[in-house]
Amino acid sequence: MTTASTPADVARAEEARATDGAPRTGSSLGYLRHAAGKLGGALVSLFAVLVTSFFLFRIIPGDPVKAMTHGIPTSAEQLATLRRQFGLDLPLWQQFVDYCAKALGGDLGTSFQFRAPVGELIAEKLPATLLLTGVAVVIYSALGLWLGTRSAWRHGGLGDRLNTGIALTLWSVPSFWLGLLLIIVFSVGMGPIPGLFPTGGMESGTGETGFAHVLDVAHHLVLPVVTLVAVGYAQTLLVMRSSLLDEMGGDYLTTARAKGLRDDDVRRRHAVPNALLPTVTMIFINLGHVAAGSILVETVFSWPGLGGLFYQALSVPDLPLVQGLFVVFAGAMILMNLIADLLYPLLDPRVGR
Amino acid sequence: MTSTEPTAPSGTTASSGTTPATESSPATAPGKKKPPPATASTPATKSSLTWARRRSTVARFWASYRTRRAGLLGLAGLALIALLALTAPWTVGADVQSVTQAPGTALEPPSAEFPLGTDQFGRSLLGLLIWGARISLLVGLLAAVLSVAIGTLVGIIAGHYGGWFSTVVMRITDWFLVMPTLVLAIVLATVMSRSMWTVVLAIGVTSWPTTARLVRAQTIAVESRPYIERATALGGGHGHVMGRHVLPNVMPLVLAQTTLGISTAILTEATLAFLGLGDPTVVSWGGMLQDARDAGAVSSGHWWYLAPPGIAIALVALAFTLCGRAVESVLNPKLGVSR
Repeated sequence: MTTASTPADVARAEEARATDGAPRTGSSLGYLRHAAGKLGGALVSLFAVLVTSFFLFRIIPGDPVKAMTHGIPTSAEQLATLRRQFGLDLPLWQQFVDYCAKALGGDLGTSFQFRAPVGELIAEKLPATLLLTGVAVVIYSALGLWLGTRSAWRHGGLGDRLNTGIALTLWSVPSFWLGLLLIIVFSVGMGPIPGLFPTGGMESGTGETGFAHVLDVAHHLVLPVVTLVAVGYAQTLLVMRSSLLDEMGGDYLTTARAKGLRDDDVRRRHAVPNALLPTVTMIFINLGHVAAGSILVETVFSWPGLGGLFYQALSVPDLPLVQGLFVVFAGAMILMNLIADLLYPLLDPRVGR
Repeated sequence: MTSTEPTAPSGTTASSGTTPATESSPATAPGKKKPPPATASTPATKSSLTWARRRSTVARFWASYRTRRAGLLGLAGLALIALLALTAPWTVGADVQSVTQAPGTALEPPSAEFPLGTDQFGRSLLGLLIWGARISLLVGLLAAVLSVAIGTLVGIIAGHYGGWFSTVVMRITDWFLVMPTLVLAIVLATVMSRSMWTVVLAIGVTSWPTTARLVRAQTIAVESRPYIERATALGGGHGHVMGRHVLPNVMPLVLAQTTLGISTAILTEATLAFLGLGDPTVVSWGGMLQDARDAGAVSSGHWWYLAPPGIAIALVALAFTLCGRAVESVLNPKLGVSR
């Protein structure tokens, strides 16, 4: 997500998408115009994110250099040297120009706290977040689609009311609380339930390799994924349910039934594909959201990902790192929105012409 | 939940999400145009006509709301919780927060004296839970009102003026819509000083774009009606049209948005408090969870400390969601059928 959020990569990805999508749809010029508009919008958004991230973090109270040297006796000259080193002594506009120029080249500055390039830190933590959120999004999208379809097809029935009720209840639960509760019940162990799962982290660190390592990571993955899925699947369910309900009044379904198709086929081959359209968009947007949304789950489960890093960076405050992560989180959102926007006309010929 | 989600997608889907909302106006529009016939025989003043009309609108709304069982359940839950929160000064008293005059010893399990046990300072958890309802509800309410107020203002202005101005405003709105709301709220809460108002502000200014989009669509729909043309022909200015004609018509939508927004705001408030970004001087449910974690309630398995605040948050958020969905389906009959 980091690399893909740079404009060049977005442009490349977009180019590939446009060229393989256009011939199939026939009206390639219309699609290209649509795509170019969306791409331009995304670039403007990305620039706005850079501007915000820069100015927002300049107004954080507290001197980052003082925070960095907290507890270490430092002379005034040493403080000045550090300021110069991080470019904090330059005028604001110059800092901003430097920042933008570097960010476009992929350089997000140096972390105060870890004394390492922000880009490197983020790249190091990115796989863990991608693994966690990727697994969670796949599971809750599938779950939401399946339950949403069932709910809508038999709407008003007991199953529907139960489904919606449970989903809404879980949606109202704070994710970090659910995570803590799961740790108490399934990791620490409660009553007859022994500690089944590890309390946190991504691996035991006992040096397994190969398949044993994969199993170990999967074992650590269970509780955070369960937390994210429980809190998140309601959204997919409700969108799928209401968009399928919108389709269910359609005349084409009556036609399909009149042709003598079984109820199952009407649902699977006719209603669901149409109802999927808004839901697919939803899933992409969720992908963008969930990276930022996992801040709490990662903090609670000490998962070594971007969310945990964000929490660490906030407490210092480690300006360049917070800034970099903010750009990455927002960039991920913009990218996913862009993909959804570009995909939509390909899936639904009625849109964007 | 579909069209009113804080994370509602922008662009293509947002426009499809707003179409049902524009149809919610017939619920109020007929009431606006023809006054009740009863007033025709008696000489009535303008204000009594207005009030009769409002009363009948409310009555019609309630008659429809009453048929929604989930909505009634949510309303009953809210009434109970609001009662508990409002009477807290007499039932538990403000000194329940006091660390120095705590009645019990640290981390007692539930007992007859302390039905939910005590925290690490020896304070009664039940008392704290009831007292915490005040701040959670207050912050949720204020933040949702702020957010919806900003959204309504932006939406009406963008919808009324149109043109390049509207394009720029909606561009900014779209940009806010793709911002990771929670991250932005966390950053804002970090940047500003720790107080309740900071939390209200951080939630309010990050969560308004959905409302703005919905209100703008509704404004455009209302302004295409003939009576707006009549008002302008009679010399009504921008302020008159926006204030007297558009605003009353978007109010139902705003009401539904506020109710749904409160549950999100309460969850966000709890999240910020849990991250230590809330007001440290007052007790809130999120703050209690943070205290519980700090006290090692997780590793020592003190579930009685951890469970109640979370359940309270979930119940209040659920109650507001149920009410909001019911209000939404009353105002938007098409949605009502499908839900």
